[in-house]
Amino acid sequence: MLQLKKLSKIYKTGDKALSAVDLTVPQGQVMALIGPSGAGKSTLIRCINRLVEPTSGSITLGDVEITSLKGNSLRQQRRRMGMIFQEYALVERLTVMENVLSGRLGYVSFVRSFLRKFPQKDIDEAFRLLDRVELLDMTDKRADELSGGQRQRVGIARALIQDPALLLVDEPTASLDPKTSRQIMRLICEMCEERKLAAIVNIHDVVLAKSFVQRIVGLEQGRIVFDGKPDDLTEKELTKIYGEEDWEDTIKKDESLA
Amino acid sequence: MVVLKKNDLKVWQRRDRKAQFKIWASWLFGAAIFMWSWQQISEVTTWFFVWDAPRIAADIGSRAMPPRWEYLSTLWRPLWDTLNIATLGTVLALLMAVPIAFMAARNTTPSTLFVRPFALLVIVSTRSINSLIWALLLVAIIGPGVFAGLIAIGIRSIGFCAKLLYEAIEEIDYTQVEAITATGASRWQVMTYGIVPQIMPAFAGIAIFRWDINLRESTVLGLVGAGGIGLQLQGSLNTLAWSQVSLILVVILAAVVVSEAVSAKARGAII
Amino acid sequence: MSSNLELKLGQAWSKPPFIKSPVLRWTLVICVLLYLVAAFSSIEVNWSRVYDGLEHGWRFVLAFASPDLSSRATDIREGLIESAVITMASTAVGIALSVPIGLGAANNISILPVYLLCRGIITFSRALNEIVLAILLVAIFGFGPLAGFLTLSFATIGFLSKLLAEEIENIDKIQAEAVRSTGATWLQRFDYGIFPQVLPRLIGLSMYRLDINFRESAVLGLVGAGGIGATLNTAFDRYEFDTAAAILLVIIGTVMVLEYLSGIVRFKMR
Repeated sequence: MLQLKKLSKIYKTGDKALSAVDLTVPQGQVMALIGPSGAGKSTLIRCINRLVEPTSGSITLGDVEITSLKGNSLRQQRRRMGMIFQEYALVERLTVMENVLSGRLGYVSFVRSFLRKFPQKDIDEAFRLLDRVELLDMTDKRADELSGGQRQRVGIARALIQDPALLLVDEPTASLDPKTSRQIMRLICEMCEERKLAAIVNIHDVVLAKSFVQRIVGLEQGRIVFDGKPDDLTEKELTKIYGEEDWEDTIKKDESLA
Repeated sequence: MVVLKKNDLKVWQRRDRKAQFKIWASWLFGAAIFMWSWQQISEVTTWFFVWDAPRIAADIGSRAMPPRWEYLSTLWRPLWDTLNIATLGTVLALLMAVPIAFMAARNTTPSTLFVRPFALLVIVSTRSINSLIWALLLVAIIGPGVFAGLIAIGIRSIGFCAKLLYEAIEEIDYTQVEAITATGASRWQVMTYGIVPQIMPAFAGIAIFRWDINLRESTVLGLVGAGGIGLQLQGSLNTLAWSQVSLILVVILAAVVVSEAVSAKARGAII
Repeated sequence: MSSNLELKLGQAWSKPPFIKSPVLRWTLVICVLLYLVAAFSSIEVNWSRVYDGLEHGWRFVLAFASPDLSSRATDIREGLIESAVITMASTAVGIALSVPIGLGAANNISILPVYLLCRGIITFSRALNEIVLAILLVAIFGFGPLAGFLTLSFATIGFLSKLLAEEIENIDKIQAEAVRSTGATWLQRFDYGIFPQVLPRLIGLSMYRLDINFRESAVLGLVGAGGIGATLNTAFDRYEFDTAAAILLVIIGTVMVLEYLSGIVRFKMR
């Protein structure tokens, strides 16, 4: 459903973040993107919704070519891609409800959004999602009053209310404690399954990735060096992605979990 | 941090010789400039007057005390005018400062090449010039009165407010803006959802801060004919009515204290 | 689906108001409206005078295109030098006096009587308008830059020591405690624990104050306390807009240069 062809990004500073990445993600698949810091994971998912302009290559979502879009049609495609961020990226001074409803901005007119007069069906959907992420009581709290895990759940609700076909998830657990991390990952995966969403999840924690997703892609210096099932991720492959290190535990821990 | 060797002993020094020399040289340079400046001032000062100053001060003091309290009744109207100059001037300034600030901030300006330099020019030129000079200018152009004072305060405050506001805009957390952009929001929606909520506290703070300053400044605008209590001050000074001057100063002081209390309260309520 | 959700579905939602109590909210709105009406109706504008004045205004705008520096070159030069001299001398003296007063006014290192005294000085200095102070000092010391110098030195104290005191009160306590735990004396604690933390800010603020003092020195001349203001006043009085424009441009230019320099200094101090 999502297809990247020879996607490259060279920053103005000359840093080559991505070089000729080819990647296909079918509908309903949750894919983890792993790799060392600076491997180009963030750049990759930001290229897909064009928060970062790719230098060359093509991206197609369904049957729409995204790299050439401008203005209105670009915004229409962004609506189909929900994004979840590392530091939650909620608008801290707005209420939980406003944050969730901001996911509908691509669908309503400026005046409506300015006056906070969203259609009733959006508001109902927001209530449903807040109930699903167990934050219904927090509707009118300000986002900066919430804990990290709660904020990330608001972030998930905001991404889902867009009614997306694809989720772009950027280090969803990097600022959370281990338990909350697992809860958030589980929530994301459940939501994707319920709604048959494809998802690309950037993640540092290899163990966490292996226990939740169906497919892992390893990125190193802007190139894909691994693409396969979690079980295929051996010591040799990890060394290829991250470099020399004792990987025994990372692999073993996974087996004990399984 | 430097370690030198001296007779086989390691001697630690905070800076090496060159850095230390630079520091001494800049102190010397500063002292020389200060001495020269002082000499310039003292050259044109009539020291006879200065030595006579305690006597004159005592003389003025004795004339000024006690303040002429019955004069107070004529001061209410000018005080009301002063309040209006400060408040409406601040409102006027904020109305103009907001678009200028968005034009000047690197992350929101429509064009770095044309619009931003224009906005920065407006900011620099309005805030480099004191409100008293603006008032002088406006009195010459549109005639004396409250209106000239109001416009003067308004113009003077544009640059101040716009500068602080655009710095606040440039300091916003960009991931929040990114998140709103990623939902497919339009440019204006990104502005109202991603940027405005983040700068609202700064905006409120700036408005209150500037109002407080403007109240102080509008008390003296009357000196050049731009309305407010300064007119009475000017009149009393011209007639050497020191007991009225002292009363006006007391009233100004009280107004400043009240405005400080009000703005502290307002700031507390908002933040 | 929880029962709580059933209740909320179909319900309208609106942003919770900023002021929760409706009575207070509407009272405030009405008060503001009443004030605005009263304020606007009390301003008397002589529109025909304003209309006539627009021609003056236009001439003044045009004057910026052809500023006249030459016909009063000596006045402008001397006025500028005097302004610069007042600025530098008063900033230097102001800083020198602000540091001890700022220390005394920081409640985490000062003792109560000193604290009250220093806070008193700061409040007094801030409450007194610079122009008013200049008028009084001119009356006492006579016309000339000495009055301007004293005014700005005093004003600098109020500004700088207040901000310095706040900076000291906000310092990272752990660093200061770390130095204290080594058994350092009061002065050593200041030198190692506090001073390094506030120095960059002090220098930044001093540069900023230099800039303010220059701008202020440009108006002190209006009340006879020396500097370029007197020349400017004369120019306006004689409707010599091209000379006035030239002086204003010079002031703006100097302020820009000072701002640029202080930007560099602050950047290097970081």
